[in-house]
Amino acid sequence: MNSNLFIVIAASAIFYGTPLFFAALGGVFTERSGVLNLGVEGMMLIGGVTAAWSSLHVGGSAWFTVLVALCVAMLAGSILASLHAFLCVTLKANQTVAGLSITIFAGAVGLSSYFANIWKVAEDPVTRQVRKLDVLGLADTPILGPLFFNHTILTYLSWAMCAVASWYLFRTKIGLQLRAVGESPQTADAMGINVVKYRYIHTMLGGALAGLGGAFYSLAIVPTWVDGMTKGAGWIAIALVIFGFWRPGLTLLGAYLFGALQSLGTVLKSRSFDIPGDVLDALPFVMTIVVLVLVSTRFAHKRIGAPAALGVPYEREER
Amino acid sequence: MAESAVRMTGVVKRFPGVVANDGVNFEVMKGEVHALLGENGAGKSTLSNILTGLYRPDEGTIELDGSTVSFGSPRSALDAGIGMVHQHFRLVEPFTVAENVILGNPETPFVIDTGSTVERVAELAKRYDMAVDPNAKIWQLSVGEQQRVEILKVLYRGARVLILDEPTAVLTPIEAEALFKTLRAMTAEGRTVIFISHKLDEVMSVSDRITVLRSGRTVGTVATKDTSTRELAGMMVGRSVEFSRAVRRNPGVSSDVVLSLTDVNCNDDRGRQALHGVNVTVGRGEIVGVAGVAGNGQRELAEVIAGMRSSTGGRIAIEDKPVLNGRARAAIAGGVAHVPEDRLHTGLAAGHSVEDNMALKNYRTPLLSRFGLLKRNIITTQADDLVMKYDVKTPDTGTPVRLLSGGNVQKVLLAREFSTNPKVLVAASPTRGLDVGAIETVRERLVEAADNGVGILLISEDLEEIMSLADRIVVMYEGRLVADMPATGATREQLGLLMGGATLEASR
Repeated sequence: MNSNLFIVIAASAIFYGTPLFFAALGGVFTERSGVLNLGVEGMMLIGGVTAAWSSLHVGGSAWFTVLVALCVAMLAGSILASLHAFLCVTLKANQTVAGLSITIFAGAVGLSSYFANIWKVAEDPVTRQVRKLDVLGLADTPILGPLFFNHTILTYLSWAMCAVASWYLFRTKIGLQLRAVGESPQTADAMGINVVKYRYIHTMLGGALAGLGGAFYSLAIVPTWVDGMTKGAGWIAIALVIFGFWRPGLTLLGAYLFGALQSLGTVLKSRSFDIPGDVLDALPFVMTIVVLVLVSTRFAHKRIGAPAALGVPYEREER
Repeated sequence: MAESAVRMTGVVKRFPGVVANDGVNFEVMKGEVHALLGENGAGKSTLSNILTGLYRPDEGTIELDGSTVSFGSPRSALDAGIGMVHQHFRLVEPFTVAENVILGNPETPFVIDTGSTVERVAELAKRYDMAVDPNAKIWQLSVGEQQRVEILKVLYRGARVLILDEPTAVLTPIEAEALFKTLRAMTAEGRTVIFISHKLDEVMSVSDRITVLRSGRTVGTVATKDTSTRELAGMMVGRSVEFSRAVRRNPGVSSDVVLSLTDVNCNDDRGRQALHGVNVTVGRGEIVGVAGVAGNGQRELAEVIAGMRSSTGGRIAIEDKPVLNGRARAAIAGGVAHVPEDRLHTGLAAGHSVEDNMALKNYRTPLLSRFGLLKRNIITTQADDLVMKYDVKTPDTGTPVRLLSGGNVQKVLLAREFSTNPKVLVAASPTRGLDVGAIETVRERLVEAADNGVGILLISEDLEEIMSLADRIVVMYEGRLVADMPATGATREQLGLLMGGATLEASR
């Protein structure tokens, strides 16, 4: 029974951790380029609502509809992120303020809810969802089944992405140059690397992944549109980037840890443990605060490898 | 003779309010070490930034190997074979040496082959006799090693013309010797080195030819073997300008000491020793001029006296009472006034009003506050008085100082510093960037203060200013005071030589 409970929590940690990982991986790319994106929550919600709409309105086979919905969510997220890049990179605005305004603009009482209203997406449950698969018919295998063979296609995609992202960041030339842009844009510029281009591309990539994470909520977790449905997942993702030391592998582990905290409430409630639901719901956020306090000292920041130019607009030295 | 590698003709570059290059002609031959000599602000850095594509010239042409080129970015200059080793290194600290070397190189394959990269970098380092481990992280390296990485970077890119901006400024003498050897190895292969410096003896020992810049113009190009440090110093500082000494009512007396520094040491921001056993005294009513090229410890000297920087040894005393080390408030209480070089950012709170800035030094006194509450009306009255007395042109005392002109900003600062009746004033480049009228006013105020008994330490790169105001002149070079002499006996050439590192005996 106890080991069974552990497996249930682990499996649902992977389920709930998947959208966190997408958004956090996006944050890794964005922050590695030196741009801080506090607009993740807004981008996730925009991704969620556009995915829900596409799922309801795009015809064709179920697979095709879901694929289109995911692409639309990524596109929507990256469009919003391009606005962030325009503010932060081109206009050199304060990145914290720019990110916050994007979350407010697109967030729970903003653009995403407005779209949901005019498109009437909240009225019906999303029929074409991202469902759990039974891989190789092994889903019912004890222990290993729920852990490895009974996830959605997006979870398997996230594992692949984690590996590719590590390779991209640390083994390829583009990854090296991306990290240089985030560490020392002056150096990168002097070596002929286009700082503006790298920052735009990776901010938009981050937005696309945030949108994908949002789509996971409206197509798999809930699965329908509810205003503000990500409930602060975007903020957890931002903390996860730091928690994962700006590395994809550690970020994945962190995402599952937070996923476990999130699933704890659902799982324990269903087994009638007598803990107030609000306390359990608050756990991930308490953890977020703890993580941020622990790593936000100057010393820690240097040691764990925060990109040195994170949050600093780049300006060429001119007199 | 040798072929031309780089030829710059009639190069003009203007910045708002200043012409940094005013028709510079500059030609460098293949395979030579060519020194570009000049004081700070002579236009050396601007010229090299134009050559490396960071700035676009407003006028003039650049020829590389005989054909005209135009660089839109540092990358296009690099691609054409011009590499720059900056004074402030352009390195990514958490990366390894090899990673820094291949950064931005178009020939690097998409998937990095670390093994072969490390090998190639090691080979290149060996060829030019540069000891550096390709696998080391930049932050683990000494400054000299970091500079070698910078040189490797441009060599790896295949640069045929290397520009080194004050390369020895950060090096120990032994590291500098090693660098010169490396430069020789490069020119022996037909590469060209442009060596920017203001140190005369160094230029004499390393270069084949020398071009001297002054105030954005080319003074001339000479072969090193046909010239002398004396001639170069003359070309560098110029001798055309005539100046008159300020009229003093009460010339200072050095016997009645108000400020004394004894064997003072301190470090710069990077933790390197910036002051080496500095001894200097300033008498009541005396103006002591500190001459020297910027970056030789003047900033640290001013900050250490003003209590903004901790000394690592020695004694600082006002009227023979030691001042608490590294405490600005203690220095103020002891009677030190400070006009810092960066007046708008270090000296004043740029966004605050004139009256608030004027109260910044005495707001704690019972005159301006009680129980932690400011007496606003008295602050305003004080500001009105000072604005009148110092003739500050401002719409009202509530105007933020950043909106004032440079001269008026400096007047606000002087007014505040003198309003506390200081015993000592440390003034760093107090007239730099001001127009002629404002320069006059500032100088008059300094002389007036000295006449009233304030001991003034005047730090300036402007020899004319020092020679016309100071009673006594000391020269700073590499964190040491290399000379201390009465102003009346000093000549421009002599000071120029001393600022370039010559000894006092050699300068006579």
